[in-house]
Amino acid sequence: MKLREIAHSRTGDKGNTSNISVIAYDEKHYPLLLAHVTSARVKAHFAGVVEGDVVRYELPNISALNFVMSQALGGGVTRSLALDAHGKSLSSALLDLEIEDRFDP
Amino acid sequence: MRTIRIGSGAGYSGDRIEPAVELAEKGDIQYLVFECLGERTVALAQQARMKDPESGYDPLLEERIRAVLPLCAARDIKIVTNMGAANPVAAARKTAEIAGSLGLSSLKIAAVVGDDVLDACKERDLPIMEFEGTIRQLGNRLLSANAYLGAEPIAQALTCGADVVITGRASDPALFLAPMIHAFGWAMDDWNLLGQGTLAGHLLECAGQITGGYFADPGFKDIPDLARLGFPIGEVGEDGSLVITKVTGSGGAVTAQTCKEQLLYEVHDPTRYLQPDVTADFSQVKVEEIGEDRVRISGGGGSPRTGTLKVSVGYVDSFIGEGQISYAGRGAVARGKLALEIVRERLKLTGIAASELRFELIGVDSLHGAHVSVHANEPYEVRVRVAGRTENRREAVRIGNEVETLYTNGPAAGGGAFKSARDVVAVASVLLPRELARPQVQFVGGEQR
Repeated sequence: MKLREIAHSRTGDKGNTSNISVIAYDEKHYPLLLAHVTSARVKAHFAGVVEGDVVRYELPNISALNFVMSQALGGGVTRSLALDAHGKSLSSALLDLEIEDRFDP
Repeated sequence: MRTIRIGSGAGYSGDRIEPAVELAEKGDIQYLVFECLGERTVALAQQARMKDPESGYDPLLEERIRAVLPLCAARDIKIVTNMGAANPVAAARKTAEIAGSLGLSSLKIAAVVGDDVLDACKERDLPIMEFEGTIRQLGNRLLSANAYLGAEPIAQALTCGADVVITGRASDPALFLAPMIHAFGWAMDDWNLLGQGTLAGHLLECAGQITGGYFADPGFKDIPDLARLGFPIGEVGEDGSLVITKVTGSGGAVTAQTCKEQLLYEVHDPTRYLQPDVTADFSQVKVEEIGEDRVRISGGGGSPRTGTLKVSVGYVDSFIGEGQISYAGRGAVARGKLALEIVRERLKLTGIAASELRFELIGVDSLHGAHVSVHANEPYEVRVRVAGRTENRREAVRIGNEVETLYTNGPAAGGGAFKSARDVVAVASVLLPRELARPQVQFVGGEQR
């Protein structure tokens, strides 16, 4: 299944850094997020967009992950050549991630 | 327990105006905050001020203030805003003039000054955080340096009786934290309260983004009546307790989902959200729906503030030239790709000096590039887009021209060409020792406190 079926997401921007939240609709799916939505997968998914590191922060109280992606906004919102200089649309791309719908610890 | 209700009247400089009127009229609020100052806006406003000393504040200030001031005066609602941009004193004078014209000349209007730290930054030749280099190395490209001030001077203005407080660069959450400090007398080293208050400010500062804006996704996340989106109200108790809500009957929705999305918006490490007043900790926050359009947010904390203030440095970065043209019907993508190849070759042949170029098809791969978009279906129509960074306007203009000439020299049936060339004022950051920024409150009329 697609990540979109179990989680919602929002992108924020600061300079050349983008952050994307991934929030489980239902807390029972949080372990699936933890297992399948890793920094490495996010970095690979955004090949060609994110040039720096991807760091993942975990927020179990709200069943959410926060991905902080450096060198991700074409040199920074205020100077980027990109049509979507803020990277507002990146969350939609991440929700297209394929997730295995079972959890093998 | 004492509680205040703070309305968020704007989430950015161009935001809708009626939701703030609705808040003032029906929101039962005591404070109305307008956050209108984007990252580079101060630099652009500084350029305007250099041309005209009475300008340099938000161009929509008059319209916004006129729309809400009579309502706010009648209900004793205090207004806090960063619409002062590069010239808070002129903005305050303008506001006083508007108040006078509305028969409200008894209102006290204050400006917070001291965020302009250009001289202090130059003196220390501070290093730039985003790239190799220092302030002085920007030379005559340097336009402005403004420190993100905290809540203290704003709270002080309120305590001195200000009805309207106008700042330049200030931290966005601080615009909301200040009324809490003023109303409840919170100590400036009670890190947990300041952290929870910062959390409230952070959730409210983008206005409609917590009431259903930037959220709807039909079939997955449906939001009613976005055309009449209501802006949020924060109900804050003196112990820092917080409920996010909105005016009954307004459009949009306040749900656990909208609050969670906004909680993490523009946040990096949730345990260390750096602010001028506190290092806030959002990592333990809990979100709980307690009624229709009522969400309780708890668990914000904090630790001591750092010794530095973030300073936003505006500078002339480069020029961007751009051209677009559309193709449709069968073979649209193939013709669009051919068009891109032609422009790529033309830019080489004519020797255009661009340090960075983008070639893309809007409708196919313009937002996320070829790798992310690889499985996209073929659309009915595409729009070619070429953009490049240059050192001067003349070179930037040539990029758009090479797209426009596709009309008569490119693939079949290209239409709707557009071109532009613009200079880029960008922002970077430096960290300034906090004691070098000296904020002051100035009531219009010149009284300093």
